[in-house]
Amino acid sequence: MTTAANSAALVSVKDVNKHYGQLHVLKDINMEVSKGEVVVVIGPSGSGKSTLCRAINRLETIEGGAIYIDGKKLPEEGKELAHLRADVGMVFQSFNLFAHKTILENITLGPIKVKGVSKATAEKEAMALLERVGVAQQAPKLPAQLSGGQQQRVAIARALAMKPKVMLFDEPTSALDPEMINEVLDVMVQLAKEGMTMIVVTHEMGFARKAADRVVFMADGQIVEQATPEQFFTNPQSHRAKDFLSKLLTH
Amino acid sequence: MDVIIESLPIYWDGFLRTLFLAAVSGIIALVTGTILAAMRVSPVKALRGFSMAFVEIARNTPLTIVFFFCAIVLPRLGVRFDQFEVAAIIALSGYTSAFVAEAVRSGVNSVPVGQAEAARSIGLTFGQVLNLVVLPQALRTVVPPLINILIALVKNSSVAGAFFVLELFGHARQLANDHGDAVMQVLAGTAVFYLLMTVPLGILAHRVEKKVAIAR
Ligand SMILES: Nc1ncnc2c1ncn2[C@@H]1O[C@H](COP(=O)(O)OP(=O)(O)OP(=O)(O)O)[C@@H](O)[C@H]1O
Ligand SMILES: [Mg+2]
Repeated sequence: MTTAANSAALVSVKDVNKHYGQLHVLKDINMEVSKGEVVVVIGPSGSGKSTLCRAINRLETIEGGAIYIDGKKLPEEGKELAHLRADVGMVFQSFNLFAHKTILENITLGPIKVKGVSKATAEKEAMALLERVGVAQQAPKLPAQLSGGQQQRVAIARALAMKPKVMLFDEPTSALDPEMINEVLDVMVQLAKEGMTMIVVTHEMGFARKAADRVVFMADGQIVEQATPEQFFTNPQSHRAKDFLSKLLTH
Repeated sequence: MDVIIESLPIYWDGFLRTLFLAAVSGIIALVTGTILAAMRVSPVKALRGFSMAFVEIARNTPLTIVFFFCAIVLPRLGVRFDQFEVAAIIALSGYTSAFVAEAVRSGVNSVPVGQAEAARSIGLTFGQVLNLVVLPQALRTVVPPLINILIALVKNSSVAGAFFVLELFGHARQLANDHGDAVMQVLAGTAVFYLLMTVPLGILAHRVEKKVAIAR
């Protein structure tokens, strides 16, 4: 709440509500993320973290309220929405690499089809990105031939290839075997250091402490508490947060 | 047997006409069916509704009634065509496109939603998501049922014979009239010419199915 409030908001979520039938999943959510800020979203299962992430990318519709990316309101549908989405990178829990395309094609598809970049340029940039996330060797393979950790690093490279203004991560490491978690987190920490604006849903406290500027704690569709990682993990204010952290630590 | 041999030219003519009827209707049905399936998953509600209504009505109406509608009702509504063949093509392709739409839709549904979401999230438009990511992956599962739909189309095209289109079955009807003593042979000969079209398609479907099974 207090950190980085000086610069203009890159992502601005205003009074957003969302229902699934009777279930009120997002309740009057207000959140601002500044340029270069890294926000970790944490909270119990079903609290609406994924829904919030998906709403920011407009993969879910919202009822009332509005979401702004770099000052522009997210449009309802159509070409304009597609364009604005290109500014918001998204990394999914289940990687979702395009199964019928090679690793290299996974990265170049967006730049070529959305931005009109030439194939040669797109491939050169893609190889540089793959190098950066440490999977350049795998470029000609199909996604199914890679390990989970490698796939997730490719997914990060795919999002970066669009040169997004902000990156969303929805539990990027929770589908991975433990020994692969760090290779993905390392890439994310590096990204954070380079100044990428990031919203990360994760329960990896190590990442939060190392890279986050702010922790947002959600429960029952509401933002219950926001603080620096240090404050949040050592001295949570709300009853819900205390309860959640005690469970997280004992597991 | 003699009847069949001396009528071979007539059979051959009917065979070609049926092939033509099925091929033209098949191509139109594949295109319209795919468009209907795309409409069905589009974000525009009116398109979804139209597609659903059309598919459900066409799929659940007996083909003969679809033919009656195209051959007799449409002209009364002011739609003119010079030949019954055009009506037959409209009826067959309209009817078949509903089945194509269903097959394509279930193929699309067999592609995990995450694929489309990832495609949307890098900024691809709805059409690009379908063409570049979803349909290429759906194709594998869609091809075998599509071939079965084409087999049904070849057989269904015989209904046109009852509506004064002189395709294979239409010719057979006349032959049977002319050779009242050899109706069995005439019909058996007709069946053989239909099998000449449907059996290769069936074999093809089987092959493709096997190939898809290995590739997974
Ligand atoms: N498509 C949907 N239809 C109906 N209910 C849904 C749908 N998606 C999510 N929900 C419900 O909405 C609530 C919030 O879901 P969400 O996925 O945002 O939670 P989350 O905080 O990400 O949980 P988790 O930690 O388990 O991923 C849950 O109760 C979930 O069951
Ligand atoms: Mg979730």
